[in-house]
Amino acid sequence: MKKSYQSLEVNSIYNMKQVIHRKLSSNYLRLSLIFLLTFSTSIFAQDGDPVVGKSLFNANCIACHKLDKKMTGPALRKVESRLADSEGLDREWFYKWIKNSAGLIKSGDAYANKIYNEYNGAAMSAFPTLTNADIDNILAYTATEPTVAPPPPGPIDGGGSSTSQEGGISNKLILGALGVLFALLAGALFLVNKTLRNFADAKGVALTETKRTPIWKAFVQNQFLIFVTVIGLLLASAYFVYGFFMQVGVNQGYQPVQPIHYSHRIHAGDNGIDCKYCHSSARVSKHSGIPSLNVCMNCHKSIYEVAPKTQAEGLAEYGVDYNAEIKELYKAVGWDDAEQKYTGKSSPVKWIQIHKLPDFAYFNHSQHVVVGGIECQTCHGPIEEMEIVSQHAPLTMGWCINCHRKTDVKVKDNAYYTKIHEQLSKKYGVENLTAAQMGGLECGKCHY
Amino acid sequence: MKHLIKITIIALIAVSFTSCNNSARPNYQYMPNMYESVGYEAYQESNAFANGVEAQLPVDGSIPRGYTPFEYSSDVSGYNLAKAELVSPLDSTQFDEPRAKELYTIYCGICHGNKGNGQGNLVKREKILGVPSYDDAGRAINVGSIYHVMYYGKNSMGSYANFLSEEERWQVVAYVMKLKGDLEK
Repeated sequence: MKKSYQSLEVNSIYNMKQVIHRKLSSNYLRLSLIFLLTFSTSIFAQDGDPVVGKSLFNANCIACHKLDKKMTGPALRKVESRLADSEGLDREWFYKWIKNSAGLIKSGDAYANKIYNEYNGAAMSAFPTLTNADIDNILAYTATEPTVAPPPPGPIDGGGSSTSQEGGISNKLILGALGVLFALLAGALFLVNKTLRNFADAKGVALTETKRTPIWKAFVQNQFLIFVTVIGLLLASAYFVYGFFMQVGVNQGYQPVQPIHYSHRIHAGDNGIDCKYCHSSARVSKHSGIPSLNVCMNCHKSIYEVAPKTQAEGLAEYGVDYNAEIKELYKAVGWDDAEQKYTGKSSPVKWIQIHKLPDFAYFNHSQHVVVGGIECQTCHGPIEEMEIVSQHAPLTMGWCINCHRKTDVKVKDNAYYTKIHEQLSKKYGVENLTAAQMGGLECGKCHY
Repeated sequence: MKHLIKITIIALIAVSFTSCNNSARPNYQYMPNMYESVGYEAYQESNAFANGVEAQLPVDGSIPRGYTPFEYSSDVSGYNLAKAELVSPLDSTQFDEPRAKELYTIYCGICHGNKGNGQGNLVKREKILGVPSYDDAGRAINVGSIYHVMYYGKNSMGSYANFLSEEERWQVVAYVMKLKGDLEK
């Protein structure tokens, strides 16, 4: 019993969202029900406790039911009064349905069969461990009035925008102050010059304005200087021309705007989803595939909007309406969120490829990711911090070669390399072989 | 006046340099016909097919080489049938636990938790709720039902058939059963 109290306390700390110990908590519930029955006359015997009901609901029901939104199963707000009005069902029906829906369907109950067929035969799991008191509590929770949409997280939103505004204002203030200072200085110098001239006039000193040869004429007359300058100019232009030609075809920093805004920062960074979850073909193929939209829908079937805090952050810091982007995804994949089914009208998303090797260079993801065990970030940079992905590495041949020269091949626990490793390390007289020594610099490895 | 003209010219040159530097546009290519593939690349647009993309689904009824069709239907009756009779083709010696664990951590652990108790990172952060623990008595999962759910998805969970090969799916099934056993201890 003590344990169940503890577990409930822990649960209430976590917003009452995780109850694993159904049976233990139901013991507690029974006690609390007795307690209620003994000490309260105003509370009706059948009315459960919505607070306990909420934790039960979040533990058992929320995977398929939301209160105000159709999910795998129907929306449950006021389900009892609704069904009592329309179908004349009493609480006994709910007890039977929740404890063993399949049995109720088999018994030929009219509404049970109707709802079963309405949801295409998606059977509701049986919950034999829930007691009648538990079900009372859950129904009490579903009968609660919807809380008025919580006011947008004012302090976070206001705080965020006000700080950024303050930053802007203070920067402008500093710049403005500097500008005024420079204007004052210039004015002061001008005034000083004027007064000095006035003094000179008053004392009768004649200011001799010597006629000097202008500096450019002096420059033209000095042949050595011209020679040096010409050499300098030639070198500088050679430097810039060379630099220009070397960056042709190099897309480092390329950061296109994608048709649906996807934040790697949130998915890979905040939520810690593995890169290979979405880019699963990086394990097994040349390509690190762009996930098809069903991969998005694995999670976004349930996550139809982002947390208010995330939304406010997106609007304030990146100017992105994340919820609108999820709607874009639904539109592209043809998912009707209200009806919770696919419409069949989908349209491919034209993602823009960022990292692109020329056709004459061969690159294989699985060889690097699985065999080489290289982290994605080695080449793609800190993707998990990027709101909009940009190309991190230059992807030039020199860049590839450098890495092949420096990186030791992971031969440990790889039977494929055992023999060749022995031979080659004898040949080169080294302990660890780099990719280059294994033949990673041969032209034909990448160009054929 | 002359100074003003000079300053404007310099400013214009500077502006023209910066305006060329647009990170949302790809750079110039030298000899594009060596950069762009003649053959079809993955995900390429193509007017060879009616829907305008190069990637096509296999023709209905065709079976790729080395691929075993999954005979169970996606509905509840298929699930129950799989739960009743489907067994793993892998025996205990073929269970490659480190690899199965790695796959499980990538694809399942994010919701189901690395211990299989339904407390993955997305659940902890309250993004997805109601993920059951593997030792849930009401569901009483077994090898067949795990494979069926992984193949077709169930309720809020989507299909994982295109993430993992058949053999990898069975490896993950074996690992899930191991986690279930650990939880029930």
